[in-house]
Amino acid sequence: MSDLITRTAFELSEALADGETSSVELTRACLDRIAAVDGGDGDAVGVHAFLVVDEEGALAQAESADARRSSGQALSPLDGIPIAIKDVLATRGLPTTCGSRILEGWVPPYDATVVSRLREAGLPILGKTNMDEFAMGSSTEHSAYGPTRNPWDLGRIPGGSGGGSAAAVAAYEAPLAIGTDTGGSIRQPAAVTATVGTKPTYGGVSRYGLVALANSLDQAGPVTRTVLDAALLHTVIGGHDPKDSTSIDAPLPDLVGAARRGAEGDLTGVRIGVVKELGGEGYQDGVLARFQESVDLMVAAGAELVEVSCPHFVHALATYYLILPAEASSNLARFDAMRYGLRVTPDGDPHRPPSAEDVMRATREAGFGDEVKRRIILGTYALSSGYYDAYYGQAQKVRTLITRDFEQAFGHADVLLSPTAPTTAFELGAKVDDPLAMYLNDLATIPANLSGVPGISVPSGLADEDGLPAGVQILAPAMADDRVYRVGAAREAMLLAKWGGPLVPPELVEGLDQARPLVEEVAQQPSRDRGATA
Amino acid sequence: MPDSASPGPSISRDELAHLATLARIDLSDAELDHLAPQLSVILESVASIGDVADDDIPPTSHALPLTNVFRDDVVVPGRTAEEALSGAPEQEEQRFKVPRILGDEQ
Repeated sequence: MSDLITRTAFELSEALADGETSSVELTRACLDRIAAVDGGDGDAVGVHAFLVVDEEGALAQAESADARRSSGQALSPLDGIPIAIKDVLATRGLPTTCGSRILEGWVPPYDATVVSRLREAGLPILGKTNMDEFAMGSSTEHSAYGPTRNPWDLGRIPGGSGGGSAAAVAAYEAPLAIGTDTGGSIRQPAAVTATVGTKPTYGGVSRYGLVALANSLDQAGPVTRTVLDAALLHTVIGGHDPKDSTSIDAPLPDLVGAARRGAEGDLTGVRIGVVKELGGEGYQDGVLARFQESVDLMVAAGAELVEVSCPHFVHALATYYLILPAEASSNLARFDAMRYGLRVTPDGDPHRPPSAEDVMRATREAGFGDEVKRRIILGTYALSSGYYDAYYGQAQKVRTLITRDFEQAFGHADVLLSPTAPTTAFELGAKVDDPLAMYLNDLATIPANLSGVPGISVPSGLADEDGLPAGVQILAPAMADDRVYRVGAAREAMLLAKWGGPLVPPELVEGLDQARPLVEEVAQQPSRDRGATA
Repeated sequence: MPDSASPGPSISRDELAHLATLARIDLSDAELDHLAPQLSVILESVASIGDVADDDIPPTSHALPLTNVFRDDVVVPGRTAEEALSGAPEQEEQRFKVPRILGDEQ
């Protein structure tokens, strides 16, 4: 098994520039890795990060990348570095299912802008990754094509809805991936897989070709193993798009520069605000311990700690689970069996052929899973006559209050911190029948989507009680994405210094040439370093 | 309208059937039985936001304060008919072929 697959995208870009390796060799190594770990083998389960792998296409794109490099015409620093894309983004010529049966086999006739930008930058596309159906979920268990498994423990969830992208990167199947985040679907999988994920400022990355779940909440963003890689990728995909009327018409801040500056480890002058309401009850002890450690390390690096209160955050979950279903019920109305996707024609009276409405009803019944149906119905209810003001209307007002809380908090702090997710990865099946329990995974991530502010999740270490990854979330004011990269990179540098290298999933260390004994040390160290705890 | 004397917001099986019709989903009897209580539980938990905001708080529909984003009124190439029809379940003469739209009574 090639050691190329454990390198970061930045390291690989240098290796390509130096001529140490080629894009074909690298892409081949990723494809081999996917073949080795993604599918099951008899009794052994695989990661199942990918729904479709485009071996031929990726290798052809890699060949073009190598040709460009040898003639000195690399399209970007990331030219030739393979990437995986969440199956919610339209890819011309490759199936795009959104994890749903209703789009099974649908091949888009166009590329999402994010995908076009990746192609223009020269990144070979390995394939499409698994997700909760139409991005509704926090565990990837609601995919119509079977769950993805967490590379840290294949009996556990990888987070959701973008579990496929996070797992692909955590399992070394791809150095880079694209995810989307509506309520935490990039950040929460990052936290439970020890990877890095950013939700950009709303409007910072084009939504053209991103199959809409909630127009006012969705954002595409980078899924990587390091903060620098995320900054590099975000820079490729971000920026104004005339095809997306909600995209920000202003240049991106210098994200890569911010990440490099952060990696120097000095946070002097940075005011970090710990949000009182995003922690405490409902959060696992080990997650909180790693979070506290993150805060302590940042203060030791010169940051000024401020405690902030965002009192309306306690209503964020309820607000989100009214606004999201409402927008989703409207967005998913387009899946009506008329122009694309599944069409189910019900049996009927031979003298009375089924009407369009009959076909719509039968198709949507057959094509949508339980969680999607729940949310569509909830949204229909919240928007229906007599209930609109009481539910959707009220939720929009609370959304204003949440945004005001953020504005107020950012008056005292440059960035806000919280644990990314309340718990580490739970077992497959543990919450899938309890919708409310599942929704609680998004407690800390949702506020950022409601207000459009950027957020990153960076690994904070492993929880003592189960040895599973936890993440720390860093939020910044809208348009100040550079701040999340600076502080995220600083936190990451501290983690690397403390552990001697990045966190590596134990189940998949075997077979990697570059064996990292780190994992055994990591599992033992916490109880040694800790004072008295459980 | 919700009954102020009832214990809390809930969705009855009949209401659910009506919503399913609005949403164009042909829920089975088993689903109607199963989903109504589940949705009621969710609804009860989200209804808590009813009292949070005063009347004078303006609603936010979009995080980014943009208005009327226009482009120049210039003709640009669109999708070809072939591309547009590429996912069609049925097509005929460069058109989407769909089941009858008008009902019996029309």
